[in-house]
Amino acid sequence: MDLDALTGCLASSACLVTQTTSGFIIGMLLFLVAVGLTLIFGVLKVVNFSHGAFYMFGAYFAMTAYQLTGSFALAIFCGAAGTAILGLAFERVFMSRVYGGDVLMQLLVCYAFVLIFDDVVKLIWGPEFKSMGMPAAFQVPPLFIAGGVVPPYYLLLIGVALAVAAVLGVGLARTRIGKVIRAAAHNPGMVSALGINTGLIYGGVFALGGMLAGLAGALAAPVRSLTPGMGFSVLIESFIVTVIGGMGSILGALIGALLIGMIRSFGSLGFPLFTDGLMYLFMVIVLVARPTGLFGKEVA
Amino acid sequence: MTELQAERAAESLGVPRIEAQSKRLRYLDVLIAVAAFAVLATLPFLFSSKALLDFVIRCSAFGLFATSLNLLVGYTGMISFGHGMFFGLGAYGFGLIMQRTGVPIPVAFVGTLLITAVVSVMIGAICVRLKEIYFAFVTLAFQMLIHSMILSWASLTGGDQGLRGGIPRPVFIGIDLTNHIHLYFVSCALLVTGLLLMRQIVQSPFGYTLRMIRDNAGRASFIGIDVWRAKLTIFVLAALLASTGGIIMSLFVSGAYPEFAYWTISGEGIFINMLGGVTTFLGPMVGTVLLLILNDTVTRLTEYYGIVLGIVILFFAIGLRKGLMDFAVEWYEQRRGGGRERTR
Repeated sequence: MDLDALTGCLASSACLVTQTTSGFIIGMLLFLVAVGLTLIFGVLKVVNFSHGAFYMFGAYFAMTAYQLTGSFALAIFCGAAGTAILGLAFERVFMSRVYGGDVLMQLLVCYAFVLIFDDVVKLIWGPEFKSMGMPAAFQVPPLFIAGGVVPPYYLLLIGVALAVAAVLGVGLARTRIGKVIRAAAHNPGMVSALGINTGLIYGGVFALGGMLAGLAGALAAPVRSLTPGMGFSVLIESFIVTVIGGMGSILGALIGALLIGMIRSFGSLGFPLFTDGLMYLFMVIVLVARPTGLFGKEVA
Repeated sequence: MTELQAERAAESLGVPRIEAQSKRLRYLDVLIAVAAFAVLATLPFLFSSKALLDFVIRCSAFGLFATSLNLLVGYTGMISFGHGMFFGLGAYGFGLIMQRTGVPIPVAFVGTLLITAVVSVMIGAICVRLKEIYFAFVTLAFQMLIHSMILSWASLTGGDQGLRGGIPRPVFIGIDLTNHIHLYFVSCALLVTGLLLMRQIVQSPFGYTLRMIRDNAGRASFIGIDVWRAKLTIFVLAALLASTGGIIMSLFVSGAYPEFAYWTISGEGIFINMLGGVTTFLGPMVGTVLLLILNDTVTRLTEYYGIVLGIVILFFAIGLRKGLMDFAVEWYEQRRGGGRERTR
């Protein structure tokens, strides 16, 4: 434990800015993964235990596309589009068979795919650590805000995540498709009786969730190292985020992700050995105080 | 309703069966346990293969772990995805007590169970309030917490290297656990005792309370059952038995490794239950034997163990939707021609 480092940091504006930015990017990446998880749960009522694999595939797709074409924009697109297709196929072929069944079957199918996907990545890209490297456009000197270091790439990352949050929030609340999705989450039988193809909605939502995780993976590829199994810790953290924020709530996912990001960022100063522990501790406190999460409505 | 119908209704509820046969069945269970131990005890005299004995020891460790998980999954309907933490806790707790204090083995055994009890009460008190998927993931989160503590608290646990240097195993009441045959007998004894204990639990009134909670927790609560307390009790009992499995494992490998507390152990436990079937008491035991055989075969053939295991899991989860023991039971009942509803 190193409380001096933590109080020292809180007193200096430079350190405060640096740590807050790093908390923000951890939080924003987590948000993108967690919001997919929470959307899928809200509509399909299943927890996609293999969601971390989509994050992993997004990163690997982006790396390969970047190495082939050299275009960063195309790399991000490939990461997102590739995982969207993967999500659609996964939902239609496998997950749709275990809806309404018991949770055990859903967990097992996802567990099987966690194992398979990790090995597939090992088979295609090899078991060793990979890195994509920072694209040339962002290899510029960092910005200094109040003495703190802020790489420009971080700003892009935060901007993209906030844009996704806004589009999702407005899209679900205001557009026709958003209304249909909410209706399908509420009463799928009635929606399909009205002539709407709920299978398509389910597949679409799963693809969207997979795409967001893939986008997070693609955005994380320049700043994180790529390894098979990289998705699992992200899955656990994003699950903690959804538990804190409340299952099915987009705002909850955003707030939860930012809280976890800050805890990780500042916790690594004060409690370097217990950073993970702090996160779980926070989750336990929230669960005990509010079992439905901060923004959850349903009884957990 | 005629008398006949009433009788049949009662029969399908299993009331007379429990009343009349429970005592007889209990003696039968003890007899079966003694017979099973006798069979296991003769194995070393019939076969001189060390690999076979190793296999049985590993089956004991994982069998206790998987069957205790079934107390939660199959009997109470609590799908724990973090049960492996108690397996790891048992292995590390026992290893550390033996390495640091040098107390006799039975004392360390009891000490480990005490530690497990304390930890599982704390974790269980938080988790058992939660339903289904929340319960599954929060237990998983605790598992990852324990795993990350083991990794980061390197001065105590050896970090990612695990507990090395071997676990001292002094002789107690004539039993020398460094001797392979002695270890084999102790493992078998622990397995059979543990299974018998769990069988007694699920056949007791408390066991039937658990089934009721699984089938309809609301009703159980209305007739005055403290659901939270019952769930917590079985959570702690299952943790103690999983911990015993971990102790056997740490004795077997003479150490403890972070993988023992990793989430994949819990995943395998769930899969073992699925493989063997959760509707029979011995299903998880059958599943353990099958998974260990599968494990040993596949790892010898390919390094892409995950793909093979994943496909097998998919085959069971989507294709069969049942464990092997479920099929065996169905087949047996069909042959008897009885359409009688089973009360398991």
